[in-house]
Amino acid sequence: MVTFTLNGKERSFDGDPDTPLLWVIRDFEKLTGTKYGCGVAQCGACTVHLDGMTRRSCITPISTVDGSEVITIEGIDGPEAKAVQAAWVAIDVPQCGYCQSGQIMSAVALLQVTPKPNDADIDGAMAGNLCRCATYHRIRQAIHNAADAMEG
Amino acid sequence: MKKFVFASAAIGVAASFFAATFSVAQDNPAEQSAPLKPAAEFQSITDAKQRSWALFEEAGKVIQHPRCVNCHPATERPLQTMAMHPHQPPVSRGEGGMGMPGMTCNTCHGAANVSVVGQAETLKSIPGNPAWHLAPIEMAWEGKSLAEICRQIKDPERNGGKTLAEITEHMTHDSLVGWGWQPGAGREPVPGSQAVFGELIAAWVESGAACQ
Repeated sequence: MVTFTLNGKERSFDGDPDTPLLWVIRDFEKLTGTKYGCGVAQCGACTVHLDGMTRRSCITPISTVDGSEVITIEGIDGPEAKAVQAAWVAIDVPQCGYCQSGQIMSAVALLQVTPKPNDADIDGAMAGNLCRCATYHRIRQAIHNAADAMEG
Repeated sequence: MKKFVFASAAIGVAASFFAATFSVAQDNPAEQSAPLKPAAEFQSITDAKQRSWALFEEAGKVIQHPRCVNCHPATERPLQTMAMHPHQPPVSRGEGGMGMPGMTCNTCHGAANVSVVGQAETLKSIPGNPAWHLAPIEMAWEGKSLAEICRQIKDPERNGGKTLAEITEHMTHDSLVGWGWQPGAGREPVPGSQAVFGELIAAWVESGAACQ
């Protein structure tokens, strides 16, 4: 039995311990905001926060999550998340939107450790999140805008 | 390999969405590691300096294997596979060799190797170790001759301030060094075993730690 918190609520899972966290989030917990993209940690669509750090949930066995705190796009909160959400909406960052929950999870994680990132900081944190619509320029701008908004 | 049913329609969308974006094929690995001669086989070399260098040359089969050099890069970016191509996704060294803020190594690399179950045709596993990180830039091995690496390993300015005894201990027992022999499905292990490798390094040190 694996026990963890998901968006602040205690959850447990007693299925196969090799089941990826993404499967548990989507198929058992029915939280479908986190996306399956590549299945091999190459695209970033499945990004969640695991104990406050970005984590690709598609290659994370649920057995390794025991005792941990998992935050998904449905549960993310705090000043960085609010600033990112407002910035994303303000300049219409998404196009098709499929990758965007992963993009947002990475962007929020970046701002939590680097409140005023430069372009290189953004590239470093976001390089693992692919966007087939190539919204990269808007993503970068929105992160800058969110940082400016938090700075007041 | 266990199979999982992924009920969501997302899998079909995703497969077409991302399939052409990147190539993640692994090695065509040898399932068994190549042989590594034990230190005892070098006792017949009577000249101490020649014996010492011969021992290090044998240890060099491990040290210069892509499995080791890939995380001793000469740039800010690690390498991957036996072909030693730049790491994909494009990651950077970051502070302490742990990756960049917001995308540290443990975004993907956990405490152990993980078999991939979401798409296992071209990539069998994601490597992992509790101490997963890049070697510091002063310990870069990429592009260097074995003699250059030998002198580098002996130089406290470029080996983390280690004595030769500490180098021997590191090579023989360090868990991340040992990962080279247990690299996970789809990856060729380095030659021999960590025990034989450690004995070669110990014998090299005992015979004068010659570098050519």
